Amino acid sequence: MAHKLSIFRGLVTFKSNAQKIWGVLIFLSIVTAIEVALGIIKPSILLTPIFGMKGLNWIFIILTIVKAYYIAWDFMHLRDERRSFTSSIVLPLLILIPYLIFILLVEAEYIYSVMFNGFVSWNF
Amino acid sequence: MEATTDIVENENVWGGGNKPLNASYGKMMMWFFIVSDALTFSGFLVAYGFSRFKNIDSWPIADEVFHHFPFLHGVNAPMYYVALMTFILIFSSVTMVLAVDAGHKMQKNKVAVYMLLTIIGGAVFVGSQAWEWKNFIKGEYGALETKGGQILQFVSADSGKRVALSSFAASQPKDRAQHSADNGIWYVDEAKLPTYSVAEVQEGFLTHPDLRIKTEMIDAKTGHKIVLDRAASEAKITQAVYVVEGANLIRNEYGNRLFADFFFFITGFHGFHVFSGVVFNGIIFFNVLLGTYERRGHYEMVEKVGLYWHFVDLVWVFVFTFFYLV
Repeated sequence: MAHKLSIFRGLVTFKSNAQKIWGVLIFLSIVTAIEVALGIIKPSILLTPIFGMKGLNWIFIILTIVKAYYIAWDFMHLRDERRSFTSSIVLPLLILIPYLIFILLVEAEYIYSVMFNGFVSWNF
Repeated sequence: MEATTDIVENENVWGGGNKPLNASYGKMMMWFFIVSDALTFSGFLVAYGFSRFKNIDSWPIADEVFHHFPFLHGVNAPMYYVALMTFILIFSSVTMVLAVDAGHKMQKNKVAVYMLLTIIGGAVFVGSQAWEWKNFIKGEYGALETKGGQILQFVSADSGKRVALSSFAASQPKDRAQHSADNGIWYVDEAKLPTYSVAEVQEGFLTHPDLRIKTEMIDAKTGHKIVLDRAASEAKITQAVYVVEGANLIRNEYGNRLFADFFFFITGFHGFHVFSGVVFNGIIFFNVLLGTYERRGHYEMVEKVGLYWHFVDLVWVFVFTFFYLV
């Protein structure tokens, strides 16, 4: 099987597949280290909400998706598969999961507001 | 070799040839299983998000719950241990890719060594998770629960640090014995009694003026849990009805009841995946040693279990983010 050996849109190219894997490992470790460091320091500038969630949480989620991309594309070698195959795997997830997230989180916020504004005390 | 590879070339299985997307039948089905399993996990994680958004102002803070590190007792080390676990799992993913890569080159011994390393990494991860569960179930400080199901924790007024029930609870004469099958009704079970009664904790609290109650509620400005002043603490403690030590599926000393349920359910389901992945890898490892794939002429089975193994890693990346970071 022919391996595509470039990551970061051709910015870094490796000599062999094994080398590429070590490169991806280093990248994933750096991302994890950044996440842990941010989680421990919690810079106060990132704690202000952006679009209903703390900026720090957005960074965590984006970095997680970046990690997921490299695990799927390089470890699970989706990069080497046919585009139609890759799409048939990734598209259902990309469509269904955000939909589920949207529906349930909107509902949860509504329930929170009902409990918060209602006449029943939950703190006793 | 011919006997098995002709499955790949046999045109009669599907009308369109049986490598429709340049992926063999087995590999494709593994991918479609992974897609459905990914939806299952996203269902769990979104359900967790639902409960969390529903209790957005009182959800436990992960740093305060997971702060243990092996051999470092009493040291506050939030997240370092899970970060290490994450790294172990990613590393075992790397050895798995190297095994697949060696399989493409038909290097039997290399495949075996890398598979073994992957299995060890997986076993270490499952062991770490068991340790994490042990700490979570055992708890460290203990807390009180009010009639409304709110958890009241105790902190020192000077340092703001958590205080264990054992360090201040008074000792009162007790006539309450643990109910068990041999001293009571044989078909009725009773959950293990807490070490201290509510009255003992209340009395101990009143004789220690430096103690304060930490509520479940989060201060939106600082992001910390709200600590009551002494007068409010003394009023609040009269509402307590139950002593909570550690965690089970009904209540936990960390806060919202759903928190422990989701922790057990999601990390447990993931741990079950890791465990089954270790078993699958073990089976394939022995097949490699026996030379099954050498005779078959290709190591595609290694690639298929590899896909499953990477998927387990992929799920952990999300569990890590939503349980420990966000």
